[in-house]
Amino acid sequence: MVLNCKHVWEQISNYIEGDVAPELREAIEEHLAHCRHCAAVLDSTRNILVLIADDRTFELPVGYSDRLHARLQEEIAGRE
Amino acid sequence: MTPQAHSAIPEAGDSRAIRDAELIARILAGERELFHELVRPYEKSLYFATFSILQNEQDAEDTAQETVLKALKNLGSFRAESKFSTWLVSIAVNEARARLRHARVLKFESVDESAPDEDGGFTPSVISDWREVPLQALERKELRELLQKAIANLPEMYREVLLLRDVEEFSIAETAAALGVREGVVKTRLLRARLMMQKVLAPQLASKGSGVFGLFRNRAGGSWF
Repeated sequence: MVLNCKHVWEQISNYIEGDVAPELREAIEEHLAHCRHCAAVLDSTRNILVLIADDRTFELPVGYSDRLHARLQEEIAGRE
Repeated sequence: MTPQAHSAIPEAGDSRAIRDAELIARILAGERELFHELVRPYEKSLYFATFSILQNEQDAEDTAQETVLKALKNLGSFRAESKFSTWLVSIAVNEARARLRHARVLKFESVDESAPDEDGGFTPSVISDWREVPLQALERKELRELLQKAIANLPEMYREVLLLRDVEEFSIAETAAALGVREGVVKTRLLRARLMMQKVLAPQLASKGSGVFGLFRNRAGGSWF
């Protein structure tokens, strides 16, 4: 199986997930070994995913949890 | 956590499901105070689910609160064949969508028609060589703003899957269940969302001399560079 760049881009997300069949994975890796552009696309995509998964990228509003539980407590207490 | 490690925690999921089932049984038997404990592990997911749709902190928080109250009220209708977290987030998604409709700010993008060429034809940003980008310090605040802006600019259908899967680290199946779509749809949208993020962010991060991975090296590991 020989892949061009577009085929590789279409599979990049599944490849990152580890969700490609062995034969396809092998073909992608063969392509990546010889195509520095696709290797850079893969690396940059993967690294961006690491950044957005970082706890410091998205934070909850200050006091969010306290307000949530205070409102919940009002509901619980009100029903009893 | 690397994206590849997303699905590698079945034991934690199983023990949480058992914990949830026990708590739910006790709450339904009258120990309503335990609902605090039941929802605590998921309150962050709730916020990001509502924020992904509403794009406004106050609305997202209000909707997360309403979700919790609604879940408490309807706990008796929860069926144990689904995960509590998925059930809870699906309520949050529905509540947020309802609020959006009510506010009449729903953009006229039909979920399927708005997909810009969902089945292909997308070109990622081909930068010279990511691994040769020199490491310089980039303010974390600036990085955070870049990432948040890129996500905010995604069409809603892509923002939802990206936030649930890549920020909150739901599995593909959980993301599909929470959004009420098939897993194949999640995968397709995830591809688009990730490539859109790459296209927007890779040149910006590279042009800034991306010290970003110096900041995050402990999390990212060094093997990719």
